[in-house]
Amino acid sequence: MRKQTVGQRAWEFLVEKFIFVSGISAIIIVILIFLFLLKEGLGIFKTVGPLQFLGSTAWHPTSKPPDFGILALILGSLAVTVGAAILAVPFGVATAIYIAEVAPPRLRDWLKVIIELIAVIPSVVTGFIGMVVIAPFVAKLFNLQTGLTAFSASIMLALMATPTIVSIAEDAITSVPRSYKEAALALGATHWQAIYRVIVRAAAPGIFAAVMLGIGRVIGETMAVMMITGNSVRIPYTLLQPVRTLTATIAAEMGEAIRGSPHYAALFAIGIVLFVITFTVNFLADLLLHRAEARRQ
Amino acid sequence: MNAHRSEKIAFGLLFAATVVVVAAVLFILGVLIKNGIGAITWEFLTTAPRDGMRAGGIFPAIVGTFYLILGTVVFAVPLGIFAAIYLNEYAADNMLTRLIRLAIINLAGVPSVVYGLFGLGLFVIFLRFGTSILSGALTLSIMNLPIVITATREALSSVPQSFREVSLALGATKWQTIRHVVLPNAIPGILTGVILEVGRAGGETAPILFTVAAFSLPFLPHSIFDQCMALPTHLFAISTEVPNVSLSVRYGTALTLIGVVLFFNLFSIIIRMRLRRRRQW
Repeated sequence: MRKQTVGQRAWEFLVEKFIFVSGISAIIIVILIFLFLLKEGLGIFKTVGPLQFLGSTAWHPTSKPPDFGILALILGSLAVTVGAAILAVPFGVATAIYIAEVAPPRLRDWLKVIIELIAVIPSVVTGFIGMVVIAPFVAKLFNLQTGLTAFSASIMLALMATPTIVSIAEDAITSVPRSYKEAALALGATHWQAIYRVIVRAAAPGIFAAVMLGIGRVIGETMAVMMITGNSVRIPYTLLQPVRTLTATIAAEMGEAIRGSPHYAALFAIGIVLFVITFTVNFLADLLLHRAEARRQ
Repeated sequence: MNAHRSEKIAFGLLFAATVVVVAAVLFILGVLIKNGIGAITWEFLTTAPRDGMRAGGIFPAIVGTFYLILGTVVFAVPLGIFAAIYLNEYAADNMLTRLIRLAIINLAGVPSVVYGLFGLGLFVIFLRFGTSILSGALTLSIMNLPIVITATREALSSVPQSFREVSLALGATKWQTIRHVVLPNAIPGILTGVILEVGRAGGETAPILFTVAAFSLPFLPHSIFDQCMALPTHLFAISTEVPNVSLSVRYGTALTLIGVVLFFNLFSIIIRMRLRRRRQW
């Protein structure tokens, strides 16, 4: 009897230790990711200085001597991201408001399922549709030689960012206390006036976080971007030209880069840049959501 | 009067925006089904590609995706569930817990291609697993860990506190309570998360591009240290790298991929709906 209890205690102790290690696994993984990116990527700074890496637009990783400047790639990522945000933010926020405040309950459930469906479509499928349907359409519309442009990619990326924006913004809107709305209505405001003067303002930090997380997704998106942007390394002057993004460069060139070469290190260094950008965006968005929650209580 | 008219206009615009978003989804699904359904035959699903992937079927890619999904479940599900148990049942509201939360949020936001780099650096090169199913499944597991943790945590926290109190009052230890009371009651919710994770793992491309993917491999893998084909990388290859693949083969592959992913997701939505209806507390 007593022996069993000791065994049980030991078992309980082991299980709890295991649970604790699993619990902190997320932290360990984040640190590991960062360490491995640094380990493989920092070597590039033996070949080029950090300023030149970030500030030069010449990316010729396989010519002799090679050039490793990622400014054009950063600008390429920026171009598709801005394009996608211009489309996704108004549509996403409007849809969130419609679902949270206007739609009848039955329709609301259906709309949510349909919007979740977008998040489910694999990015390679989105990219494929962008290539065979959207790009030719854009080429025809603007009379271009190729429709594989930043703009075509922006359209598909906007669609991919929409579910993130809608679901988080909708959460923010529905968690505004009912009493706010009731007070506005009691003062004689119409439902719409209550929405845009009271509810949306109260939900603003959450909506802003939703937009940031949506944009974070766009910056990190790889396959669709690689398939639709046309992949030419140039500074984008308009959205109607082909561009190359940070993510697409890694995915497209890692296969041919020789392990341990400066090219290989440069691609990992691009990974560091992406990691830092998305970490910052997600951290700030979380801070906003946290603050919104704290303020409500 | 004016306020009411502007309300009508505003609601009209909100509705229009929603319609555009919904139409876009239905358009994509419609295009895939209309152009892809003709390509999907028994032969297409059960034979290997021929003619430099321009003809034949996609069987090895389907099998590869199945193996990757299986591997992801084996690694990510236990780890994710235990991590969620820690967060929900053990963790105090302190700095460490905040750090874990931040790490999970950050993991969910790391670009998929960066996971690919990480998998290449850690599993393929450092641990010498090579380009293999094992490396790919581990990479996908890490990428999908946040989904399992978040869903499990939600499921655990929806089990009423009184259930735990009753079990503890009867003399059960904390782990016994979790094992025999909390977990059984949370299983449907956990399952939803697992299935969602499976769907996502099946559709990811960038993380497996340099960790598992074989460009073309007409035979099936024999062990977890073999390379394999997968549906998403196959679609990518025949869309960009192999010239002159007929549009119908590409649509057929895309439709199969989305079919696999949607199957898992609809399954999870149905479980969730049933669960909500049946819950008694």
